[in-house]
Amino acid sequence: MAQATDPTLVSPVTQPVAAPAVMPTASALRVALVQMAPVLGNCKANLELHLNAIDAARARGADLIVFPELSLTGYFLRDMVPDVALARDAEPIRRMAEAAADAALVVGFVEESSRHRFYNAAFFADEGRVRHVHRKVYLPTYGLFDEKRYFAAGERICAFDTARFGRVGILVCEDFWHLSAITVMQAEEVDVLVCISNSPARGVSGEHVRTAETYDRLTKTVAEMLGAWVVFVHRVGFEDGLCFWGGSCLVAPDASVVAQAPYFDEALVVASFDPAELRRQRILTPLARDERLLLTIEELQRIKRRRYAD
Amino acid sequence: MQTDRARHALKINPLLVESILCRFICNEIHRTGFRRGVVGLSGGIDSSTVTFLAAKALGAENVLAVTMPYKTSSPATMRDSRLVIEGLGVRTIDAPITPQIDAYFAQFLDASRMRRANKCARERMTILYDHSAAFEGLVLGTSNKSELLLGYGTLFGDMASAINPVGDLYKTQLYDLACHLGLPPSILEKQPTGDLWEGQTDEDELGFRYADVDQLLVLMVDHRYSAAQLVREGFDAEMVSRVAERVRRNHYKRRMPIIAKLSHRTMDRDFRYARDWGT
Repeated sequence: MAQATDPTLVSPVTQPVAAPAVMPTASALRVALVQMAPVLGNCKANLELHLNAIDAARARGADLIVFPELSLTGYFLRDMVPDVALARDAEPIRRMAEAAADAALVVGFVEESSRHRFYNAAFFADEGRVRHVHRKVYLPTYGLFDEKRYFAAGERICAFDTARFGRVGILVCEDFWHLSAITVMQAEEVDVLVCISNSPARGVSGEHVRTAETYDRLTKTVAEMLGAWVVFVHRVGFEDGLCFWGGSCLVAPDASVVAQAPYFDEALVVASFDPAELRRQRILTPLARDERLLLTIEELQRIKRRRYAD
Repeated sequence: MQTDRARHALKINPLLVESILCRFICNEIHRTGFRRGVVGLSGGIDSSTVTFLAAKALGAENVLAVTMPYKTSSPATMRDSRLVIEGLGVRTIDAPITPQIDAYFAQFLDASRMRRANKCARERMTILYDHSAAFEGLVLGTSNKSELLLGYGTLFGDMASAINPVGDLYKTQLYDLACHLGLPPSILEKQPTGDLWEGQTDEDELGFRYADVDQLLVLMVDHRYSAAQLVREGFDAEMVSRVAERVRRNHYKRRMPIIAKLSHRTMDRDFRYARDWGT
């Protein structure tokens, strides 16, 4: 396969961190949801926005600072994609990771691989270094979306261990709408699932934008089914008349919304999440414990034989 | 024609729509370095609604409402425009177009009613863009989704604008928004008219009522019902095909001119950037 010739694909995308023997049960951690509006295609201006937000979040004691999808570039990039792309070790990424210092960081960017493929990606940095990069797997190319025209699709959905937050998974927008990605994250036994998004508003008949109502259902359902914290960070502002509705939130493993940013307006919301909640919820509803992973794999293998038989 | 599905599909939450559209106007104007907007105000539902939204979004002092009556314009046009201007306190300029239109058609006495109507619409467009430069504001479009789909507008005339807050709202949805915004009753209650000639109404000219055609359009366009499904839904087969053909025939008005492709990168085909590029 052509994809396998890309060395950044076959090399590990995650810098391993030893998993703690026991899930951290220390005091509550603080997550900053950075609901912002990037300047379309202007990485320099956006880097400044990020550095300022990182400073503000750190001043409020954030342990984890999360930006939206493509936060460093804006969304409707089209032919600008190659112009704004960065290697994962590029200087602006180093600067942000260093600025976050001992706080962890999730930022959306366009990643250029050594084979000059361009990915809608997100990096996780901790203690000043990039630890993991997720490349968006499901690129919407329907309706108003045109991502497959410009981006290569990610080939991996995997979680990674962290020193403070337990096992973390990152999904980008459309990934979150696919049960396969959620199922993999459940099998990965994530404690914190971060979804960063750029979702244009569609549907204005209800109390809220219809796409916001869908995300509200998804974040709560996924948090409850996985028994995990869900950190959803979405952008605001407009691009070519498309409205990004905000509404970033932190959802607890029992599906309760712990914190929610306003709709439509920029906001820096800092909320606490207590890792001990995972234990309580997993005692009450041990869905992950009862998952039949091998059965699932066998059934999927059977379906693979049926659907992909010669 | 009233179907539950169509009625449901046309439902809007006007408060939510107002909130999005006011932010849209601010954002799309401010990002280009402007602070102000210019609207051609006829006293009809579309331009009055846009003027209301612009005043809320930008502040009345940052909105210029330009009235551009022709000698055949109905007295209601000026009366209702005044109500909007005085009610909101927006800035205004009165720029009647009768002298230049009549001078031009003195050379073409046999010009049809349609030519005269289109000429008036394009004359108004040039005035708005002139005041766009003078007032340092962007021209706000007032074409609604029903008009854009049916091609009921003048290319490079009333269809021209920098940004259009109401282009994704059907006429009947625009009424819901206008009621919510508190437009004067005389504007809400009068027959929709382009005021193209004396006594002209949109619905007479189009051959159907907005209330009916919007129900058909929302299912056909937004919900992608096939012609057969629309007929099963209770729409008249002849109306379905007439409207579908009208949407197809007028598509050119919704696109930029066709460019003959010669190079590797041609505007809008494989030279693709957002209009908000870099902002």
